[in-house]
Amino acid sequence: MSIATPLATASTNTDTARVTNPTTGLWARRKWEILRIASPLVLLALWQLGSATDVIPQDVLPAPSLIAEAGLELARNGQLADALQVSGVRVIEGLVLGGAVGLVLGAAVGLSRWFESTVDPPMQMIRALPHLGLIPLFILWFGIGELPKVLLVALGVIFPLYLNTFSAIRQVDPKLFETAQVLGFSFWQRFTRIVVPSAAPQVLVGFRQSLAIAWLTLIVAEQINADKGIGFLINNARDFLRIDIIIFGLTIYALLGIITDAIVRVLERRTLRYRQ
Amino acid sequence: MTVIAQPGAGTQTQAEIVGELRHVDKWYGSRQVLIDVSLQVRRGEIVALVGRSGSGKSTVLRVLAGLSRDHSGDRVVAGTTALAFQEPRLFPWRDVRTNVGYGLTRSRLPAAAVRQRADRALADVELADRADAWPLTLSGGQAQRVSLARALVAEPQLLLLDEPFGALDALTRLTMHTLLLRLWRQHGFGVLLVTHDVDEAVALADRVLVLEQGRAVHTLAIEEPRRSPGDPDAHTEHHRAELLDRLGVRR
Repeated sequence: MSIATPLATASTNTDTARVTNPTTGLWARRKWEILRIASPLVLLALWQLGSATDVIPQDVLPAPSLIAEAGLELARNGQLADALQVSGVRVIEGLVLGGAVGLVLGAAVGLSRWFESTVDPPMQMIRALPHLGLIPLFILWFGIGELPKVLLVALGVIFPLYLNTFSAIRQVDPKLFETAQVLGFSFWQRFTRIVVPSAAPQVLVGFRQSLAIAWLTLIVAEQINADKGIGFLINNARDFLRIDIIIFGLTIYALLGIITDAIVRVLERRTLRYRQ
Repeated sequence: MTVIAQPGAGTQTQAEIVGELRHVDKWYGSRQVLIDVSLQVRRGEIVALVGRSGSGKSTVLRVLAGLSRDHSGDRVVAGTTALAFQEPRLFPWRDVRTNVGYGLTRSRLPAAAVRQRADRALADVELADRADAWPLTLSGGQAQRVSLARALVAEPQLLLLDEPFGALDALTRLTMHTLLLRLWRQHGFGVLLVTHDVDEAVALADRVLVLEQGRAVHTLAIEEPRRSPGDPDAHTEHHRAELLDRLGVRR
């Protein structure tokens, strides 16, 4: 609470305070950002402290430093890179396959009442099935190799993209289509000049949801008899009671989710840059 | 493309017809919205179409613009026709220059020529410095000028305006009147202006057509048109009174 007093003076005569004491100025301007960054760091420090003082039993939850060491070890002996590559390929293949299907079907249904009446009802029925519950069926149909994992990711990816593309296209301002008619746009020009830019932001929202589902589906799919990939690292570690590696693997999943989401958010901001 | 340099006033009685409707009927379902409407717009002439809401004035414009399919009667247009709406209807995800260039979609000109002509049209509406701006950063009057530039970039013979100044504040509206008249004198196109503003009709038009429940019930020729645009003074007062009377406004 001792910080409160200098803060109050800093905000009353801002200019002089900023010149004479830049740290106070930074704190005043960036207070909430700094707190947001500090909070998880403090938690991490408490965890490390708890481990060092044996308050947290190491066979239940190893210290952050031990987890980082396990990660370094996996990185050094190449297992991490192999696992990342295998899991990455599964997600990318699933995303490309499911994304293409979701995008094309969503666009077709959004652009044509005929497709809406024929394609949408079965899509809604399939959507009602919990796709992770299909694992036993997929194993029987497609075996235990890469195919069922990729297909399961694809199936999860389809629906957020399908639904968002469909509704994004339906929300395009009909006055712009009328304007397009006045200006003499062709079908292709209407599509590229109106439908795509107008629908892009919401399609990207759908893509972010699809990405989240893709990683989640991968985590579950990799639990079934994986012999490589991040899921294999985790399963293998369980057999050797290496809790540190399990937690490290989970952290990798989390980081991959955050990084890919951030990339799409950048794209999203780019498609909306005209809104200022 | 040559710019038609014909003076607006004076010669219009002999000028060629750039847009014409002959005995047009139109139904929406079982409701007849246009009844035997005929009108002509000549080159270098401004015709205003006034009427109450629902009188069918926008429908007349849409038929003339070729936006309507199921109507009977004849529609004749000479050369290019362009239409500007009450709202600017710009494409927000493209910069101002590209939006104006979209007015040349039918011409199939190469991209460089489209850019050049879009820039010229923007200079015409005094917005050359906003060519790279996003439409959403423009004021209402600026956006409407971009919309006008998009209509004029194809150098139309007939310019159709659907209450283009209706959503603007009074001062901006007067500025737009002056701008429209300058462009019209410069290029000599024919104008069909749909408006519900009697003052605007009297200030800008050579002729005013009154539409009532889908029928063209009256045509009024303005004496000494555009003597003082935007400022209805004594010599137009009797026109104004007559039009308000025709529109059923009791004072």
